[in-house]
Amino acid sequence: MNFDLSKEQKMIVDSVAAFVKEASGVERFRRTRTSDLGWERDAWRAMGDYGWLGIVAAERYGGIGGSFVDLALILEQLAHGLTPEPLIPSLVLAGGLIERLGNEEQKQELLPPMIEGRTSLALAYAERQSRFDLDDCRTRATVTRSGGYSIDGEKTWVQNGHAANTVVVAARTSGSQTARDGVSLFLVPGDIHGLERTPLTGMDGHRAAFLRFSGVQLPGSALLGTLGEAVPALEWAIDRAAAAACAEGQGLLDEMFRRTVDYLKEREQFGAKIGSFQALQHRAADMFAELELCRGAMILAAIKADSEEPEERMAEVSAAKLQLTDGGWFIQENAIQLHGGVGVTDEQDVGLYFKRLRVLQSLFGDADHHVERFQGLARFERGLAAG
Amino acid sequence: MEMTFTAEDRAFAEDVRSFIESTMPPHIKAKADIGGSFNHAETMEWHRLVYQRGWAAPDWPVEYGGAGWNVTQRYLYSEEQVRANAPGLSPFGLGMVGPLIIQFGTDDQKARYLPPILAGDEVWCQGYSEPNAGSDLASLQLRADKDGDDYILNGQKTWTSAAQYADWIFLLCRTESRGKKQHGITFLLVDLKNTPGITIKPFLTLGGTPAFSDTFFDDARVPQANRVGPEGGGWTIAKALLGHERTGIGGVGRSGAWLRRLKRIASESPRGESTLLRDPTMRRRIARLEMRHRALTMMNYRALSAAQLGRAPGPESSTLKLLGSELQQQITELAMDALGHDAQGWLETPEGTLEPHQRNIASEFCYLRAATIYGGSNEIQRNIIAKNILALPGT
Repeated sequence: MNFDLSKEQKMIVDSVAAFVKEASGVERFRRTRTSDLGWERDAWRAMGDYGWLGIVAAERYGGIGGSFVDLALILEQLAHGLTPEPLIPSLVLAGGLIERLGNEEQKQELLPPMIEGRTSLALAYAERQSRFDLDDCRTRATVTRSGGYSIDGEKTWVQNGHAANTVVVAARTSGSQTARDGVSLFLVPGDIHGLERTPLTGMDGHRAAFLRFSGVQLPGSALLGTLGEAVPALEWAIDRAAAAACAEGQGLLDEMFRRTVDYLKEREQFGAKIGSFQALQHRAADMFAELELCRGAMILAAIKADSEEPEERMAEVSAAKLQLTDGGWFIQENAIQLHGGVGVTDEQDVGLYFKRLRVLQSLFGDADHHVERFQGLARFERGLAAG
Repeated sequence: MEMTFTAEDRAFAEDVRSFIESTMPPHIKAKADIGGSFNHAETMEWHRLVYQRGWAAPDWPVEYGGAGWNVTQRYLYSEEQVRANAPGLSPFGLGMVGPLIIQFGTDDQKARYLPPILAGDEVWCQGYSEPNAGSDLASLQLRADKDGDDYILNGQKTWTSAAQYADWIFLLCRTESRGKKQHGITFLLVDLKNTPGITIKPFLTLGGTPAFSDTFFDDARVPQANRVGPEGGGWTIAKALLGHERTGIGGVGRSGAWLRRLKRIASESPRGESTLLRDPTMRRRIARLEMRHRALTMMNYRALSAAQLGRAPGPESSTLKLLGSELQQQITELAMDALGHDAQGWLETPEGTLEPHQRNIASEFCYLRAATIYGGSNEIQRNIIAKNILALPGT
């Protein structure tokens, strides 16, 4: 057990921080949020060159074979500059599922170009009625006479779905709408006939898409993993995405909090720095305490994201996501409040962090969802029977 | 950064577990199993058993009796103690004055005081607060006048925890009333049992137990040799000690035990055809506290890990105290809710009407209102965070 960063991890943190400082500050985000793509191919390519896009992938696909904690550190640092590139959809969601479930041919085809920053990926799982239930899937894939699949249905808020070269799509191959068995994953080219992509711009300025599948024809080789058994893998991938969201959220919260404390030391009213007022000092102290709690939970979730024991992973990810949502909210609402009127202007950066955080809080399960899941784990009642 | 355990680590944890199982006397185990609280005699009995195994103060330097464990072993040790609901050893000697004597004491003081602290032969208490010196501790007035090789003490301490059981008290007194108030404070070790002129009057708290005392000094004579650090240097020592104290009173381990106790109460309370633990609202309320506790546990171990690297508990211990004390209160507040009508129960409620392990819950709930006050009130902790961590301007 060791909670200090290794020498390699410190180097990663330093290089990402330098990248954010030199090439990926808030000014860049202000440019990308009004562009069609919402992020920049040059920056994506640069991240590929640095090796960040392959941080958790195996070496034989051009990756580095690092731990999830390494990836969390990268996401945390990138968040300081509101970096908009689609790391979570490409690396954690689609990339993670392809590497976990794919055959060698699928992996060799899809992973190296993404890791080099030449392509990006997405995972289409959420539907308008599904909320956070991964087994609630109306989109259907039916077997065709040629042994392929035909897909019909709709997926909403597909992160990076507007740009992804390949979309991993969850579709029901058997069973009723909410059956745990019978959901399968398919590899779908983004430009395939019969797929209509409606670009969406989120409240945070990030891009997603609404996908409509109308008789999309896929060959049998498009199936990813075992037919009908996708839900446990989806749970694994969404958990890792939730842990990734906590890491990104940590960077956002750190940056918001730092800027707020700086503001308290600068702004004068009643002839004094407002940071000298005890009411505001105590608010800042409480924000600091919640921030530390967020960090503890985030680290634990990142460590356990690699665990092969599902309950262990779920417990820590849910605890971290709850803290990001509850504790994080306390920090972000007060970051705006302590900035006063300027905090509510679009010109002040702090509001941009606020909005991205609010999106991360809803993605991959909100507080109620994770509390609900935590209380249902077998470990919640373990040890009670024995007294 | 990783949290994996080697085969050696697991063997160590197994060793600790089997020690606890094989050593804990039946009457203590019976209480531990129902999550009860332990009285002074039981705590000291357990202290001596742990001491015989060499684990009374694992964090002390090895030369003074520490176990020489790494962070992982310390983590595993405390996990096993908490899992078994073992009595928590009194912190005043092992966790507070002991480390301080190691840091600031003379060789003679180390030789005199450390072995009996370790063995549990001498019990300590803390004399900081006075009737007019609470949050503003530096305004303390217990006078210490020099007379030959001695100091003569006159005045009063209050909120002295467990003074009625203690052999010794470490205290802050005033040796100089001119100049800056922090500069006239001196740190003394006082023999409570053999010093004429000391009167201890325990008083009841809201919890209905005599957890604290007023301690009066009336021409009590204390050798100057019992001074730790220089005359007038007590404030520096006091601040170092408050760091140790705050880390401990985050109560992270105790909160873990309380959470299990809370679930046990809920699982024993009928609710319709089922139990309160099956009640969706209650389950979610418990889950929220448990999830927050996990984050706090991680914070605690990161602090431990930092301490292992030789960094003394600094202002970050204020954060642990702040969050930990509030969580302790929230858990006992929920335990009261879980009891329903039985929340009215009190220490002497007869058997047959209230389970034995439920009798002290209202008492603990009341007593723990002190958690956000003692060890420096949470408002003082917020001041410390604002000033020492965030460097916000003074008024």
